[in-house]
Amino acid sequence: MVSPAKERIGILHEERSLYTRILVHKVNDLLCMKFTLVRSDSNQSCKDLSAPKRLVFAYARMTMTALLFNRHPQNILIVGLGGGTLPEAFFQLLDNAKIDTVEIDPAVIKVAKEYFLFEDNERKRVIAQDARVFIKRAILQSTEYDLVILDAFNGDYIPEHLMTKEFLLEVQKVLSRDGVLVANTFGTSKLYDYESNTYQDVFGSFINYKRPETGNRLIIVPQAKLDFEEREPIDAAELIQTARELEGKMSELEVPIVRYARELPRKMASKPDWDQNTEIITDQFSPVNLLRRQSRD
Amino acid sequence: MSLELIGGRILAPYFGSGIYVWGSIITIFMVSLSIGYLSGGRLSVKDPTFAKFGTIFIVGGSLLIPITFLANPVMDFIFLRVEDPRYGSLIASTFLFAIPTIILGMISPYSVRLLVEKVEQSGSVAGTLYFFSTLGSALGTLLTSFYFVLWFEVNSIILVLTSSLVFLGMFSLYLNANSKSHFTGENE
Repeated sequence: MVSPAKERIGILHEERSLYTRILVHKVNDLLCMKFTLVRSDSNQSCKDLSAPKRLVFAYARMTMTALLFNRHPQNILIVGLGGGTLPEAFFQLLDNAKIDTVEIDPAVIKVAKEYFLFEDNERKRVIAQDARVFIKRAILQSTEYDLVILDAFNGDYIPEHLMTKEFLLEVQKVLSRDGVLVANTFGTSKLYDYESNTYQDVFGSFINYKRPETGNRLIIVPQAKLDFEEREPIDAAELIQTARELEGKMSELEVPIVRYARELPRKMASKPDWDQNTEIITDQFSPVNLLRRQSRD
Repeated sequence: MSLELIGGRILAPYFGSGIYVWGSIITIFMVSLSIGYLSGGRLSVKDPTFAKFGTIFIVGGSLLIPITFLANPVMDFIFLRVEDPRYGSLIASTFLFAIPTIILGMISPYSVRLLVEKVEQSGSVAGTLYFFSTLGSALGTLLTSFYFVLWFEVNSIILVLTSSLVFLGMFSLYLNANSKSHFTGENE
C-alpha cells in the first residue's frame, strides 16, 4: 500500500488482521483508524495532520486529567494502542516517564507505525501481547505502574476477559501506591450497569466522568491500589492548582485542563447513576456480548 | 463441543484470547478424540455390553468435575513455568481437557459395535451415529456459545454436562439390566 500520502482523501489502507478489520481513512486533514468487526462504525483513533498534537477525541482529552491526581508518573501502562495517540501525548507531556503500551494485534502496531508515525523507543515501548497475560507477568515481576489506562477495544467493545472482577484485581496489583487507574468505557448499553458495579465492587468508589460531547464514560480511580477509606481526600483547590501548572503544556493538545479540574470534584461527589442491583462481571460469569446489545431503560 | 467452547473461557484469564488459545484447544480435542476413537474401538471388540457403555459415560462425565476446581491451580502452575502463552495454553489444555475427551471419544465406536447386528448394516448404522453425534455437537456448540455462557457460570455449565452424561450412563446401565432394548443416538 501507499505510505502516508498528504493529498489523498479516502481510504488509505484496509487490512483484515487476526483480530479485526483495520481501516485507515482520511478526510481533509483528519487521519483515522477504524475497526469494523461487526457493525460498529466508530473511529478508534484519529489524528489531525494539521495539528498532530491535538487530541481529537473528547475521551482522550479527558484521560489527561489522570495527571491531576498523579503529577509525575514514572511508569505508565496503556492497554490498547490504536493510532498511538495516548502514548504519544504522555510522551510529549512527561520528560522522564516510561510508557508501556500493550497491543494484542501486531497489525495495529504496524499500521500505527506506518500511517500514524508512531515510533517505539526506550521510553515508549509497544508490546504485542494480550493485556491479561502481560499484566499477570508484570505482577510476577513486581513491576509497578503509576498510571494504568485501559483503552482496549475490538470492533465491538472491550474484550470480555478485560472487564472482569478478577482482571481488575490484577490491575490493582500492578499499580503503585499513588497509582491512578483510568478506564475508557461506553455509557450506552445495559452493560454500563454491570460494568459500573464491577468497578465499584473492586475499587469501592470511582470518579464517573462523562461529558456531553461524548458517549464515552471514563472511570477514574486515584490511588486505586488503596482501600477506599485509606485514600486521601481530593482537594478541589489543589486540583485547580495542578491544572494551572499543566495548562501550558496541555494547550498544545487542546485539553482544557483547568475547566476539567473545576468540574471533577462534582463528578466525585455525584451519586451512582446506574442500576446498583445487577450482578458483577467475573471470569465465571460474563454475559458481556448479550448486555452490549441491550439498551438501558 | 460444549466443553471445547467453555475451554476458551477457562483459558482466557491466563493465556489471553489470542487465536493461539483456540488453536491449542482444538488441537488437544482432536488428538484426544482420535485416541478415544482408537481405544473405544479396541475396547468394543471383547464382549461389549450396555453396562460397559454406560460406564464410559459416567467415567467421562465425572472426569469433567475436576476442571471446576483444578483449572485455576493448574493454570497458575503452568503460567509460572511457561513464558510463551502459546505453549502455556497448549499444556494447560492437555492437563485439563485431554483425559475426559479421550474417554468421551470412546463412545462413538463403542456405539457402532453395540448397534451393528449384521455387517451389511454397518455403514448405515455408522452413518446414523455420525448424523446424531455431529448434529448433537452442533446443537451443543450453538446453545453454549449463544446462551449458556451468557446465562450461567462456566462451572455450572460443566456440572450440567456432567449430569447429562451421568444420566445417559445410568440409562444405559438400566438398559443393560433389562437386557435387550433399543438404543438411540447420543452426542459428545
